[in-house]
Amino acid sequence: MQLSAEERAILAGERGEAPRRALEYQAKVGEFWGAQRFVPVTNVHMMGDIEVMGDGGLAWLKDYAALGGRCAVGTTTNARCFDFAHCDKLGQDAGEAVKERELIACLRRMDVVTTDTCINYQTVYQPHLGEHVAWGDTGTVIYANSVFGARSNFESGPAALAAAITGRTPEYGFHLDAHRRGSFTVELQASLEDLADWGVVGKLVGEAHQSYFSVPVFHGHRRSPRADELKHLGAALASYGSMGMFHFVGVTPEAPTLEAALGGRKPAERIVITDADIERAYAGYGLGGGDARLVVFSGPQQSLFEMKQLAGLFDGRKVKPGARCFVTTNGAVLAQSRALGYVAALETAGVTILEGVCFYILQNLSPMRAANGWSNLVSNSAKIVNIIGAHRFNTILRRTKDCVDIACTGILR
Amino acid sequence: MKIAVERAYGEVVEGEAVVSEEGFSPRYDLDRWTGTITKPGHRLEGTSLKDKICFFPTAKGGIAAGWAFHDIKWKKLAPKAFVFGVTNPVMVQGAVFAGITITEGWTPHPRDVVRTGDWVRVDPARKLVEVLGRQE
Repeated sequence: MQLSAEERAILAGERGEAPRRALEYQAKVGEFWGAQRFVPVTNVHMMGDIEVMGDGGLAWLKDYAALGGRCAVGTTTNARCFDFAHCDKLGQDAGEAVKERELIACLRRMDVVTTDTCINYQTVYQPHLGEHVAWGDTGTVIYANSVFGARSNFESGPAALAAAITGRTPEYGFHLDAHRRGSFTVELQASLEDLADWGVVGKLVGEAHQSYFSVPVFHGHRRSPRADELKHLGAALASYGSMGMFHFVGVTPEAPTLEAALGGRKPAERIVITDADIERAYAGYGLGGGDARLVVFSGPQQSLFEMKQLAGLFDGRKVKPGARCFVTTNGAVLAQSRALGYVAALETAGVTILEGVCFYILQNLSPMRAANGWSNLVSNSAKIVNIIGAHRFNTILRRTKDCVDIACTGILR
Repeated sequence: MKIAVERAYGEVVEGEAVVSEEGFSPRYDLDRWTGTITKPGHRLEGTSLKDKICFFPTAKGGIAAGWAFHDIKWKKLAPKAFVFGVTNPVMVQGAVFAGITITEGWTPHPRDVVRTGDWVRVDPARKLVEVLGRQE
């Protein structure tokens, strides 16, 4: 890689050991991908929690934080695995909670802003067209690339932290024009009235094209999609297809026309998604023994408008005794939801609201599943029904209103 | 019997092959406390990846691999190498961070050359995977 004078100084240790180690690591990753140089980033969003890092990750982080490195740019954290107000009630390990607090303290020592949210793009930072950032999780990256026209690869926790410390990232993948062109087209004939429908689109397109560098171009939808709809579409594309970018003609900034989105190339494939395709996807979920005692609205965390919708749907109803319904969101949305009465409506209905977490990364989730005897997990998130499999749930995707009905009646259809 | 790979990082390693026809995510598919694939219905469900040379056609998800590979390495449950048909940045970031050998791109396709249980060597500097011994 071609290095600037500053980067050579960093590698020589002249800016300290923490940046030196970070840049050395980033250079190895960049060389794998054939990056020619580093590009400066303006914002970093990183995953770091004890569930995914484990004792080894925490030990590494403690050592690294002790080097005295500080973030060179604004850096926020993704959803984590503990809402400390609920960890006893959920049967999570007190010892692991202590480690999570140590981990948070290490990050703050390095000047990381612990927002604990996977919807930073809705609530914290909105990069502009062409802005280079270093983000993870995948839902944040695909939203940044697609909806904002910003530029980021999937940056895992260590890679994002390295970018935070050095203020740069290797230039490969979606930082380059060549990888941002659409590769195939998807005509949306389906009605797509519910958020879960958008997740189904992401599932159908992603499952059939599992490639980071596949970039679908959506067109033909009869109305302008809302931010939450694009969020569920992107999260599902990233989850099922490992995709990092999509275009939406007339909606996203690099797709004023179909031709522009394709960058002058012919699409490798043309897909059409109809209402029948969407219905077939819902029908494809096995109901197991019909267990309807766990309904989850999470993955990504709920926006203010999702909280408003749920509050309306649960108003005057109750979660069926013996069932549990979980909603996850971030601190900012929770505070506003409380002020606006949405929290009261949900909690009166018996819904449990968790802050700063995502359900699928909760610490101790497998034992929690076993202890509660849950076999099915019902959600309106196509992402979460895909991602939670290693915890041995049978997962079922349903529309938002249907999920509320299932939570309140215990009847799974 | 040799497979040329397009991109590679890490040390030369030898081990028993596990050849998958399904993609991989350490978050979606792997129990990181046993090193075993536990996602119901995954074609490798019940298979341990510990010390194996793992052939996966694609990468699934997910940001988690960055820390998760380090975690399973720390727990001594990590594979010796990941050989991907198509991978994503996170798998590479995670493998480099954990010191696990990783490659991407293959010619010919492993299904024509390697079977689960074969003894194979991955040589990143030469961008080469070699089958050294056949599973009987």
